Amino acid sequence: MSETYYESFRRQGISRRSFLQFCSLTAASLGLSEAGAAEIEQALQTKERVPVIWLHGLECTCCTEAFIRSAHPLAKDVVLSMISLDYDDTIMASAGHQAEEHLEQTIEKYKGKYILAVEGTPSLAEGGAHCIPGGEPFTQKLRRVAKDCQAIISWGSCAAWGCVQAAKPNPTQSVPVHKVITNKPIIKVPGCPPIPEVMSAIVTFLITYERLPQLDSQGRPKMFYSQRIHDKCYRRPHFDAGQFAEKFDDEGARMGYCLYKLGCKGPTTYNACSTVRWNDGLSFPIQSGHGCIGCSENDFWDKGSFYEHLPTILPPGFGGIEMTADKVGLAAVAVTGAAIAAHAALSALQQARSTTRNDKLASKE
Amino acid sequence: MKVDKYSGRVLQGPVHDIYVYEAPVRLWHWITVAMMFPLIITGYLIGDPPLPVYVGGEATEIYTFAWVRIIHFACAMIFTVALGMRIYWAFVGNHHARSIFLPPVWRFSWWKGLWDQAMYYLFVNKESPSWIGHNPLAQIAMCAMFFLGSLFIIITGFALYAQQWSWGEGWMFLFSWVHKLFGSTQAVRTAHHLAMYYLIIFSMAHMYMVFREDIMGHESVIGTMVNGIRMFKTKEH
Repeated sequence: MSETYYESFRRQGISRRSFLQFCSLTAASLGLSEAGAAEIEQALQTKERVPVIWLHGLECTCCTEAFIRSAHPLAKDVVLSMISLDYDDTIMASAGHQAEEHLEQTIEKYKGKYILAVEGTPSLAEGGAHCIPGGEPFTQKLRRVAKDCQAIISWGSCAAWGCVQAAKPNPTQSVPVHKVITNKPIIKVPGCPPIPEVMSAIVTFLITYERLPQLDSQGRPKMFYSQRIHDKCYRRPHFDAGQFAEKFDDEGARMGYCLYKLGCKGPTTYNACSTVRWNDGLSFPIQSGHGCIGCSENDFWDKGSFYEHLPTILPPGFGGIEMTADKVGLAAVAVTGAAIAAHAALSALQQARSTTRNDKLASKE
Repeated sequence: MKVDKYSGRVLQGPVHDIYVYEAPVRLWHWITVAMMFPLIITGYLIGDPPLPVYVGGEATEIYTFAWVRIIHFACAMIFTVALGMRIYWAFVGNHHARSIFLPPVWRFSWWKGLWDQAMYYLFVNKESPSWIGHNPLAQIAMCAMFFLGSLFIIITGFALYAQQWSWGEGWMFLFSWVHKLFGSTQAVRTAHHLAMYYLIIFSMAHMYMVFREDIMGHESVIGTMVNGIRMFKTKEH
């Protein structure tokens, strides 16, 4: 049997104390009970290391950047060694042919066992020519590596939804992973980037329980994506009170009022930012005074301005960029009102005429 | 009195008062009216909240906007239940109870009535035809604008309300298809918002027409929705 996670940690000089800290913190972030920490500890000490192959498609690497900043006690040590990244061309020590050889070895050795983490999108246009890592179109590489994997984690909004590459007009025909690989279980972990703690917690869950976490109907883990940012936002009391910032530099903004009217997408975004937060729980966008842009939602680039609550609904050239539903609606109401007034006036005129005619007829008789 | 079965048009007099709108229909009508005012006001406020009151204390003590939303949700539920009851009554009530859901568009006499009524409103025909129920133009407007508009605003509204559940659970289990159909939640929000104006425009035209008919037409209109009886101003036709 190859080495367990725990053995691997110890070999890399991580103390037992730090290891236990990691177990309990991860259990907490997964919403498990006290027993959960013991289960994780038990699993990591006894189970064979499951290798993870991390592929990069069309992307910006922000998921990896986030991941290596996972804030649990041993972020850079435990997380990286724990998920036993056997291949990640961006951050692995080897490069070139050596790295590619390692990929082949891992696929061969752990056939059907390894977990495939995908960051970025496959691109379909021109036979995948828009993304060719290591001389092989990424779409092809993804299909090849996915063939023998156990499960796929779609890291970030790119792999999960398509994100900026798939935004209109999508010249590279980028598609999310589930459009290319249809026969493997896929966990979507959207976000641009996803929260580091969420990423490491999901890997830990996979290892500990050897099954997928509960997913919602969109394929996202329920423990992190079952509530909106809005539902747990610390500014929610201001929302309920009707206290809204109107501008980023007004009195309301200074007093920490709700950013709803400044286009905050918290009410429509399912993610855990307002509870898990970022950078060791330091802050998250709304806490630092900027509305949520809804980065973990499908096609968030194509949903209009980040800073408008009521988006423009007419194409440019029909009243510019300020034509909101209210303006269009009120204009239609005004037209209806004018039409009614005109019709009423004509009706009155007709009534008056017929009365006069009747009177004339009566007087003639 | 001879009446066309499908369009409800009075073909031959003399006319006499007739019971048209049964109690559940009238109750539904006035519940809907009563709910639409708070729904429109609170809905507009939710879409475009007024300027905040900076003085006046801590958020922990104020619950204004939440009340606006609660009123909106509560009225929406009553509106929906009333419409549900109304649809039920379309099955068990008299045939006037069905005309706004399924205008008899397959009957020639209905189209003739629609044409004549339209020509009357366009001042081409001087005389209005007499109707015992809704005239065909009113039927089609109530079906396409009010009934379908209400259905649309209820479904999009429930889809927005469902967001407090996780995808695949609770109300979201029932309404996530709406978000998928529209492509994004923001689109659902905008559609819901525009549907409000659709219903406002219907209500304006509806109110104008009933007042005009009441004053200029041959038969009672507003009174009919109060006591259910259609009365004719001139007994000869």
